[in-house]
Amino acid sequence: MEISRSAPTQAKAVVPPESGPPNLRQTPVEPPAPQNKGKVRLGDRLFSGASRGSGILLLVIMAAIAAFLTYRAVGAIADDHGNFLTTKEWNANATPPVFGIAVLATGTVISAVIAMVIAVPIAVGVALFISHYAPRKLAQPLAYLVDLLAAVPSIVYGLWGALFLVPHLQGTTQWLDSFFAWTYVFDASQPEVTPRSLFTVGILLAIMILPIVTNVSREVFLQVPRMHEEAALALGATRWEVIRISVLPFGRSGVISASMLGLGRALGETMAVATVLSPSAILSLHILDPGGGTIAQNIASGFGEASPFGRDALIASGLVLFVITLVVNGAARLIIARRKEYSGANA
Amino acid sequence: MAKRIDVSGLSAYYGSAKAIEDISMTVEPRSVTAFIGPSGCGKSTFLRTLNRMHEVIPNAHVEGKVMLDDENLYASGVDPVAVRRTVGMVFQRPNPFPTMSIYDNVAAGLKLNGMRRKGDLDTLVEKSLKGANLWNEVKDRLNKPGAGLSGGQQQRLCIARAIAVEPQVLLMDEPCSALDPISTLAIEDLIGELKERFTIVIVTHNMQQAARVSDRTAFFNLAAVGQPGRLIEIDETERIFSNPSVQATEDYISGRFG
Ligand SMILES: Nc1ncnc2c1ncn2[C@@H]1O[C@H](COP(=O)(O)OP(=O)(O)OP(=O)(O)O)[C@@H](O)[C@H]1O
Ligand SMILES: [Mg+2]
Repeated sequence: MEISRSAPTQAKAVVPPESGPPNLRQTPVEPPAPQNKGKVRLGDRLFSGASRGSGILLLVIMAAIAAFLTYRAVGAIADDHGNFLTTKEWNANATPPVFGIAVLATGTVISAVIAMVIAVPIAVGVALFISHYAPRKLAQPLAYLVDLLAAVPSIVYGLWGALFLVPHLQGTTQWLDSFFAWTYVFDASQPEVTPRSLFTVGILLAIMILPIVTNVSREVFLQVPRMHEEAALALGATRWEVIRISVLPFGRSGVISASMLGLGRALGETMAVATVLSPSAILSLHILDPGGGTIAQNIASGFGEASPFGRDALIASGLVLFVITLVVNGAARLIIARRKEYSGANA
Repeated sequence: MAKRIDVSGLSAYYGSAKAIEDISMTVEPRSVTAFIGPSGCGKSTFLRTLNRMHEVIPNAHVEGKVMLDDENLYASGVDPVAVRRTVGMVFQRPNPFPTMSIYDNVAAGLKLNGMRRKGDLDTLVEKSLKGANLWNEVKDRLNKPGAGLSGGQQQRLCIARAIAVEPQVLLMDEPCSALDPISTLAIEDLIGELKERFTIVIVTHNMQQAARVSDRTAFFNLAAVGQPGRLIEIDETERIFSNPSVQATEDYISGRFG
């Protein structure tokens, strides 16, 4: 660990004394390979050229998209007659246009948080069951089934959510309200109304991201080296203790990555949310109350009838979603990197 | 804290394939017993039957009896987890828990046994690391990851982890095969010290090592490829290396085959 960390610094420290141009310093390192020089070099050059070319092309395309979106978005925000960050309603097609992302961004984050809180523990549990508890005969079909679930199109989930989940969550909503109203978030102002709420959306999103998080976690858990598990077993660890000592710590960063994949889907989900939620411009942390909205849902339901300016405004909201995703991913990366020296990677 | 192992009529299977057949032997307490024999003859398999680690491999099972003093490890109702707490194991490749610090690695087994008090843990961690001749090298970095040590240090860390729980028996499967001569010597010295307290069984491919560290030596062999391995003979190490009773043992030791 320490060696590998200090190695680059040492390499740099060597540079000043030699003080030649970089290509000069590299010359003596070049291995002499006279016979097959031509052949290898050509293939190498073709490959590195192709990969570098496609890399650059990708970057250029991305930069062009970003520039285009930012240009349109900045124009829209400049003409916003409300404050883009704090305005609750979204009236981008009105004259004068007044719109903001306060409700949408909050709703996006809230529904994604609900989805993660529900989905990640269940996914980890199911993944552990498939990878470490279930007999092989059961594990295979189960894993296959979860794979299938991951492939169901989101509109199907949306319709199921609207037709089945929403009416069936009425009881749960009322129950949560009567017992947990003191928590504030579970305080419903109209518990008798059909729960087309952020809470319902969160549950639907949880169900939608469960398969992908489960599958990736399962893959990670299966990668745990046999010798780490045997180390725990030989100390007299029970199956659960093996999981706690060897499997979970090893799979931690993988589970975080899996969760990020799921979170990405939850943040960006359009159709399913739009089908279930009854949007409104109410900013509230009472997650059982109908109303609110998410950025992706707002784009999905507003894009069709939006004026050209309204579209630019929606693009601006899309950029905000992009920033949210970026921040969350960055945070996850920080968490993974923080204890990197303890990760299984250097074993 | 050392017990006699008495094995009788033991066979071990991987699925339907028999890996070792009808092994009977006695391992004396407070002594070092070495297992030697050609690759694939079932030394590791046999070793792993002594702490019921064999059965963690899917479809693997064992027939026969292993008595630890007067308790049959394979009697119905015996919890394999409890067996592994009394019979410790050190593997061929050092396998410290990569996500744990040096301290936590040694404390892992103690915590599994329910020890929670920081003071007790500190004492035993220090004692075990001293017992494994590692204390002086790591006492200033107990909170650094165990995976950051050298291979030899990692192996001694694994030994410290295994002896921290004061097992009755310590099984070692080629503990030095991944180590340099100096670390090997360090571990051989350590084995010499540990046998005062534990019953030790060590698998090794190194004849000199078997001769140096062990009191008794068991020679395993297989009749042909695909046949199960068998115990050929077990005797005082001196006797095995000077005047074994079976010709095959002498051939193997003098390097005429295997
Ligand atoms: N996990 C396993 N599944 C199936 N067969 C196995 C497994 N492990 C070992 N075997 C087989 O059992 C036999 C004995 O193997 P074992 O590892 O015990 O030999 P060994 O004497 O320890 O050899 P080495 O000296 O190379 O370590 C071999 O034929 C091997 O192929
Ligand atoms: Mg072996």
